[in-house]
Amino acid sequence: MTVERPHLLRRLLLSGAVLGGVLLIAAYIGLAAGSTSGGIMDVWKSLGEDPQARLLRDIIWRLRLPRVLMAGLVGATLSLGGMVFQVLLRNPLAEPYILGVSGGSAIGAIVGILMGLSRIPGVWLTSFAGSLAVLGVLFVMAGGRAFARSYPLLLSGVMVNAFCAAVIMFLVSMAQDSRLHDIIYWLMGDLAASTLDMVLALAAAVLPCFVLIFTRSHAMNLLALGSDMARSMGVNLTATMVLLLVVTSLMVSATVSYCGLIGFVGLVIPHMLRLMLGPDHRVLTPACILGGAAFMVVCDVLARTLPAQGEMPVGVISAIIGAPLFIYLLRKSQGK
Amino acid sequence: MTMPPAIEVEHLSHAFGERSVLTGVTFQVPAGQFCIIIGPNGSGKTTLLKLVMRLLALQQGAIRVMQRAISDYSARQMARRVAYVPQNIQQVFGFTVWEVVLMGRAPHLGMLGLEGAADLEIARGAMVVAGVEHLAQRRLDQLSGGEQQRVFIARAICQQPQLIVLDEPTAALDLAHQVRVMDLMEHLKVEKGITVVMVSHDLNLAAMYADQLVLLDKGRIAGMGAPQAVLDFGLLEQVYGCTLLVDKSPLGDYPRIHLVPGRYLGKAEDRNI
Repeated sequence: MTVERPHLLRRLLLSGAVLGGVLLIAAYIGLAAGSTSGGIMDVWKSLGEDPQARLLRDIIWRLRLPRVLMAGLVGATLSLGGMVFQVLLRNPLAEPYILGVSGGSAIGAIVGILMGLSRIPGVWLTSFAGSLAVLGVLFVMAGGRAFARSYPLLLSGVMVNAFCAAVIMFLVSMAQDSRLHDIIYWLMGDLAASTLDMVLALAAAVLPCFVLIFTRSHAMNLLALGSDMARSMGVNLTATMVLLLVVTSLMVSATVSYCGLIGFVGLVIPHMLRLMLGPDHRVLTPACILGGAAFMVVCDVLARTLPAQGEMPVGVISAIIGAPLFIYLLRKSQGK
Repeated sequence: MTMPPAIEVEHLSHAFGERSVLTGVTFQVPAGQFCIIIGPNGSGKTTLLKLVMRLLALQQGAIRVMQRAISDYSARQMARRVAYVPQNIQQVFGFTVWEVVLMGRAPHLGMLGLEGAADLEIARGAMVVAGVEHLAQRRLDQLSGGEQQRVFIARAICQQPQLIVLDEPTAALDLAHQVRVMDLMEHLKVEKGITVVMVSHDLNLAAMYADQLVLLDKGRIAGMGAPQAVLDFGLLEQVYGCTLLVDKSPLGDYPRIHLVPGRYLGKAEDRNI
């Protein structure tokens, strides 16, 4: 009697190999593509010794590589964050934005920017404080039963998110002209300012979060059956949910502090991968990391290459691709 | 031979705000017995189960499972001994039957929840016992209510507990599925020595299968013991507020309850008597 899907480890390795391959291809294109691009062989040409190779080396390895790495980290974080929030709220349409966590994080980050703080640790800390403040408000609003029932938490989140949007607009309207452009560009999601130092700092912040979330991937499977079922199967509900909420807020606020608000990644990628790989979070967690990274690298390539002059914020591209893709996936998953 | 108690509930009281739901509830369920908790809506049955399962915080009184206070168990220790089948389980992510049943191994696994060959074998066995092995690759949310209920019972069996607690598992099931679920519980009790504690509204099913009934009324125990003792015409009329006929079932030595149309009496206090 064959009753199970292919063994878990096999599924993990297979999905990891395929998505890892997709990410590598996306990253290669990310390195090769740009306003000065001479084609996909540029990366190899840059390894030569002639003057043109030296110029290509500077462009590809000093300018594009940090940006590709940053896009990958941001995409992985937002995709994973979306997946975790979908489990916690038992709602496949949830993501950090819907709870207002990203909004709170953005308020904190704008305050940090207006105060002239450095991105790390200054803006990150104010951003994290903003997301934690939103979580605190949510739990008070949900009457202390937020861990047991997601519905009040979800409703409170929608309200808090609307409030955060209003506060962001207020702060933007109060900003000096010299900083207004930076803030508006950052709000739309921007990877243009990425440097290797920023990549290393963000990696140090989010990679441990990825590992922590992966260690809770089986508990997330049980949580998907509801809090009572999860507790009856041995999950320490409060500890698990607090850990997942805080860790996710921490990593999302780190990306928000660097790259602003980039939407739809946390919605589209987990949804798509769940349709392809099934709902087991032990497979889905690494898949969301790799898939989200690949998606964001591709979005960044388009953001850099589509406009005839200059570039556009990556958040615009992710929304333009993400919104219709999500509607398509939603209809597909509902069998319409 | 008297079996040691699987569950001991002592002087249990519970309130939601000002509203008292359970008052001074005390009873025991010997190991290896089939105990069914009955009573009208709002009598505190589900609250009692949730307190036993530690899904609600204990306010007053004591609960012991396998002779140990429930507060002394870690979440995993408790889950290795007691499995729970709630009344409604919403499905949101499209897990297959096989995946859901295999989740029953959770309390026995490490942090990453990687199952070994023995765990897979136990899950297969649980599906065979519950009669859901042919559904293994189907998505749970595409099954009928009766099939879903048996899948969750298979998951509970896969947990290898000493005690299974079920909240109205036969509600909303057709007659065939009701009998199938109850026969399955009887099988677990007889063949595997598992203690079964169930909440039910169906007095005839309770009379047929239970070794022990606990009748709750407004949060207090109104009757307790063998079905023949608890399913008494006068007691049921007083608790349920409607006229019932009780006779002996032709199928065995247990009572049979008949509803009498048009004889709703209201609760004793409503009737002002």
